[in-house]
Amino acid sequence: MIKAKPVYLKHEVSPRDRIMGFVFLLLGLFVLLVFNRHFSADTVTTFAMTPGGITRGMMSDWLIQTNRTLWICGILLFLIGAYQFVFGFGRRSNLILILVSLIFVFAFTVYVAANKMLNLAGLLASALSMAVPIILGGFCGILCERAGVVNIAIEGMMLMGAMLGSVVGSTTKNIWLGLAAAMLGGGILALVHAWLSIKYKINQIVSGTVINIFSTGMTSYISSMYLQNFPNLNKTPRFPSVAIPGLADIPFIGPIIFDNSLFVYGMFLLLILLQFGLFKTRWGLRLRAVGEHPKAADTLGINVFKTRYMAVILGGLLAGFAGAYFSLGSVGRFDEGMTSGKGFIGLAAMIFGNWIPFRTMLAGILFGFADSLSSSVSILGSSIPGQFINMLPYLVTIVVLAGVVGSSSGPAASGTPYEKE
Amino acid sequence: MTPVLELKEITKQFPGVLANDHIDLKLEKGEILALLGENGAGKSTLMNILYGLYQPDGGTIFINGQQINVHSSIDAIKAGIGMVHQHFMLIPVFTVTDNVMLGEESLILGDILDRKTAAARIMEISKQFNLNVDPNAMVGDLPVGVQQRVEIIKLLYRDANILIFDEPTAVLTPQEADELFKIMRSLTDKGKSIIFITHKLREVLEYSDRIMVIRRGRVIGETTPDKADQEKLAEMMVGRAVNLNQEKNKAKKGEVVLQVQDLVVADSTKKITVHGISFTLHSGEILGIAGVQGNGQTELEEAVTGMREFESGEIQISGKSIRKIKPREFVEAGGAHVPEDRQRDGLILSFPVEDNLMLCTYYKPPFSKNGILDRREIRKNAENLISAFDVRTPSPLTDVGTLSGGNQQKVIVARELSRDNRLIVASQPTRGLDVGSIEYIHGQLLKKRDEGCGILLISSELDEIMELSDRILVMYKGEAIVTVDTEAVSKSEIGLYMAGISQQSVSGSETVAEKSSTGE
Amino acid sequence: MSALEKDSEQKKNEAKQAGEIFLQELSRKPSNDSSFFSKLWSAIQIPFLAIFSGLFLGALIIVFTSPDVYEAFSKGLGTGLKAVFSVVGNAYGALFAGAFGSPSKIMEALRTGEKIDRVFKPISQSLVETTPYLLSGLALALGFRAVVFNVGGEGQIYVGGTAAAFVGFAFADLPRAIHLPLSVLVGIIAGGIWGFIPGWLKAKTGSHEVINTIMLNYIALRLVEFLLTGPMTKAGSGGMPISNSVQESAKIPLIFKKPLTLHWGFLFALLMAVLIWFFLFKTKWGFNLQMAGANKHAAKYAGLNIGIWTVLGMTISGALNGLCGANQVLGVTYTMGLGVSAGYGFDSIALALLANNNPLGCILSALLFGLLRTGSRNMMSNTGIPLDIVSIVQAFILMFIAAPAIIRTVYHLRAKKTQAPAAVNVSGWGGK
Repeated sequence: MIKAKPVYLKHEVSPRDRIMGFVFLLLGLFVLLVFNRHFSADTVTTFAMTPGGITRGMMSDWLIQTNRTLWICGILLFLIGAYQFVFGFGRRSNLILILVSLIFVFAFTVYVAANKMLNLAGLLASALSMAVPIILGGFCGILCERAGVVNIAIEGMMLMGAMLGSVVGSTTKNIWLGLAAAMLGGGILALVHAWLSIKYKINQIVSGTVINIFSTGMTSYISSMYLQNFPNLNKTPRFPSVAIPGLADIPFIGPIIFDNSLFVYGMFLLLILLQFGLFKTRWGLRLRAVGEHPKAADTLGINVFKTRYMAVILGGLLAGFAGAYFSLGSVGRFDEGMTSGKGFIGLAAMIFGNWIPFRTMLAGILFGFADSLSSSVSILGSSIPGQFINMLPYLVTIVVLAGVVGSSSGPAASGTPYEKE
Repeated sequence: MTPVLELKEITKQFPGVLANDHIDLKLEKGEILALLGENGAGKSTLMNILYGLYQPDGGTIFINGQQINVHSSIDAIKAGIGMVHQHFMLIPVFTVTDNVMLGEESLILGDILDRKTAAARIMEISKQFNLNVDPNAMVGDLPVGVQQRVEIIKLLYRDANILIFDEPTAVLTPQEADELFKIMRSLTDKGKSIIFITHKLREVLEYSDRIMVIRRGRVIGETTPDKADQEKLAEMMVGRAVNLNQEKNKAKKGEVVLQVQDLVVADSTKKITVHGISFTLHSGEILGIAGVQGNGQTELEEAVTGMREFESGEIQISGKSIRKIKPREFVEAGGAHVPEDRQRDGLILSFPVEDNLMLCTYYKPPFSKNGILDRREIRKNAENLISAFDVRTPSPLTDVGTLSGGNQQKVIVARELSRDNRLIVASQPTRGLDVGSIEYIHGQLLKKRDEGCGILLISSELDEIMELSDRILVMYKGEAIVTVDTEAVSKSEIGLYMAGISQQSVSGSETVAEKSSTGE
Repeated sequence: MSALEKDSEQKKNEAKQAGEIFLQELSRKPSNDSSFFSKLWSAIQIPFLAIFSGLFLGALIIVFTSPDVYEAFSKGLGTGLKAVFSVVGNAYGALFAGAFGSPSKIMEALRTGEKIDRVFKPISQSLVETTPYLLSGLALALGFRAVVFNVGGEGQIYVGGTAAAFVGFAFADLPRAIHLPLSVLVGIIAGGIWGFIPGWLKAKTGSHEVINTIMLNYIALRLVEFLLTGPMTKAGSGGMPISNSVQESAKIPLIFKKPLTLHWGFLFALLMAVLIWFFLFKTKWGFNLQMAGANKHAAKYAGLNIGIWTVLGMTISGALNGLCGANQVLGVTYTMGLGVSAGYGFDSIALALLANNNPLGCILSALLFGLLRTGSRNMMSNTGIPLDIVSIVQAFILMFIAAPAIIRTVYHLRAKKTQAPAAVNVSGWGGK
């Protein structure tokens, strides 16, 4: 026998890796040249470690030397960037990207709060809360795409959920009914999406667009027809924060995680259910099989259509839940376009997180952090215009997509309608 | 004894086609029944009906004498019917265990997967039938032969007694195929019954107990291997006397049209799949590249035609050395390319026939002048080629995707062979086609050869290579194992080369004995 | 038969042939039906029924959300039904009058020759609204032909409009012959850049343009907001996001006199439609673009560099949206504000698909959308029904166009055998 072992070329740095490396280098330079421009050695950044107005789980403030910290962060970023540009991290690019984002964001916070005090715990707490709709949107995306249906209508489903939640919550003065209505709204739109893309096999992006346009139009229609004229229809009670006894007293972590509204706890619960359900149960095995190779699943007696309907509708309920966060969990009313692209960012979190719930949550928190940073930065009075900081989550999404998509792959059959012969 | 399986008067109508016309079939316990027929004869339709994927328009199915209704694959599985599909129904990113138990999961606490129990059961089956499969391996990492055994385990896991194999050897080396038939025999020895679908005459004669021939949806006849021979089976299959060997003139070799030197090519995962191959192709000859699929032929084809960049080595077309060749340069240099995956590379299915007939030369006169397309010329060209190459299409404006596979391939052949070319690279030019189209395309290739073209023919169908080529190069794991004149070699020798057996060991006595049966 | 008759017969045939060729081009499919009219019907039946059904469902929504109807039904079934018809009649009547004007008044004005400008105002306004729809629809149609899904119309319109506004007000004392084209060109380039980015990202890294363009919409919005409240803000606007007014020399001139606001941008957009049509179907570059979109493997086989054509498709698409923004700023609002796009970038998805991605068809569907939009303003002021009903109707039209099977089921039509259009690949959000 002739033996010819497969020979691999040395790992080649792809254009994607180079772009990422270049961006990292830029970030490093940015930290060194822009952030660290005029800080003397004795400048100090102070982080408060307990959210404002909280009396349990206290922790003392954290003081760090601004100048030195920024030097360390900048050089670290620069080194990672150089390595990425020249050699590439290959399969670990994903992880490196998260690491780099963390370092940069940390450096940025240190810079912004130099000579001042920034409430880090408050920042993280609001990051978590802002991440909730993103993460839930990501979960909706995971459910749908793992079963083979692309869902870009998450945004529309959320918007509908937010509107219905507010209207029903306001009229009945019952937050639970509001929540149910929100989820139902998302679920019904999801049913339409499923119906169009599974039964009629239309392009799933077009179908998602139909729902997005419809739901933007419908919510604005109702809003300008009723909600603006009858403010009582748009003044709903909200879900209160509930501190979990004991856990909420843990310093730093307690106030951030264990003193929240239903939405944060619900998100964590769903995380566990989804992570376990997808990979350890029959339900998850079948759902993933349908998304990977529907024909194979069909030959083994699994009903592809039913499974996909189930997944998309469950996803819609989740998106409705995420939508309720905006009206019932956050401001207590509905505003036109209040979801401001969170559904799409959720989709990006899903891709960043490799279609795995736990990683999607991490990605979502990163996006949420960028969001909450922009509001606290404007309070601190930074020289950077608020609009640019507001751009961050969107920019991060683009960078993440460019850096991650090629190295991760979604369910094989996602986006393709199943044709039963 | 009642047959394990009996089909009576199965009829299935598709729009425009009667795919199954009152088909009767009996399968006895412990036998291997070969279902022989051309592509499109209705074999797969019949088996898909039996497996519940199609609903028949008429007819009944009996298992052990009892009538059953098969509305879905669940019913089939319950009735003990299992099927190994031609394209494996496996999920590459799942483990063997997950793939096997999918749909029939072992569970604990209601809905939680019990992978341990399932894996143990798989080990047990694997041992019992000598299948040698690791339950924890990721299916995507396994070689094709092993993946097929995973498919078999899937059936045995469900206690299937009737096993259907759809074209099981299409992706295997002759040796792997032998291995498979050994497994099949051991299955029947343990009381299983097997139907296997094929269009390969040799396999039918060697391995089956009984042969049933289907043509155009009807049962043409039944026979046994000892009563039949290749010519007779071919005639039954096609419906007329088939000339298994095309008349071929002696090759008139001319100057070198393609010279390949130490060519190294990597596939899209950066794995080197062509290790320094060298050969020359002269005008007026056909060089056949034989080999089991996946031994670097695809990458070789793509490198030569400019579809893929190569790592090192040299390619010369008509004496001109080209380092980084692009598809358009290849065409400009007088090359024609019939690609392996015709629907992916060779055609734009959503475009009309006339556009597809000018796909590689649309950018220059007469089709386009100063950047503006001349629709009149395009139509004229299309009409000429449609009649010259006998493309069956309602109109030149019909989308090419709506044509049959044979006619799609004719569109490609018409486009490529109608140009004034010196070099033709044809990869799997007749895969999946009916005998009529195959004969036609073979004839066209030979005609081009006699006109002085150099043709590189890449095919995994050994018969095709043997029939058309003047010389044969056998590829194994990216290397050229041997280059021989077709007249100086037997089919079984090539088969051994394909399996990577080198020249010295081929001179054994058994190969000589087989030589007579290959119809050379 | 006299020579004259022969001649006229021949001309008739030629005209008929021309019509058939036009139809064939519209559908790019041969038709085996015999008569011209059955061909016409089969070409337009789905779009026509989709529009009809969309309006019907829109009417249902109007009825179900109208307090008057519920009130009337509480008085009795008869009054209720009457209210249903009157609500829908009023709404769509106001829509029609707002879009076309009043036919009787038009007739009278034509007869007497008085107030001609006033009676044609609604139509003129509709054509003004048609223009951005047409330009943005062309952008989407061209994108779809190259199989890139440009959902970034809004962002491209914003940056195009802002760039055009900047050139429009920042350079004084330029002759119109230079200033106007320059402003338009800069708008086109800005939009093109905004389209180039996702195109380039797709070609280089395989990241999907749908998410990228949506993200770029939000980024454009923030960027424009920053520019309009900061560097470009109108003096004394008090932090309102609005730019300085463009110079007289950068304004697109009106075709007629005020109050008819129809400007030359409309005719320019029509010209663009013809040009894009010619480009797509008559030139080899258009063929390249469509080929690269329809099957990238086969396009490579035919000798194309796919990446370039993907980028080009996105860039041209973005440039057309940029032109749309410039047109709005220089021809309608004369100043850049955040309301410059009334959702054109999204609505044009439905518009392009309604036109089967044919630039000439886009003219018709843009006209429809322009009429709807203009009419809905009148409907809102007369009946209080919000403008957003138009978006809802458009969503329904898009749904029916994308899933003609629903239309066929509802209206019991025969199915036509057609090849499915090349789908935008969404698997894994990566091109690979």
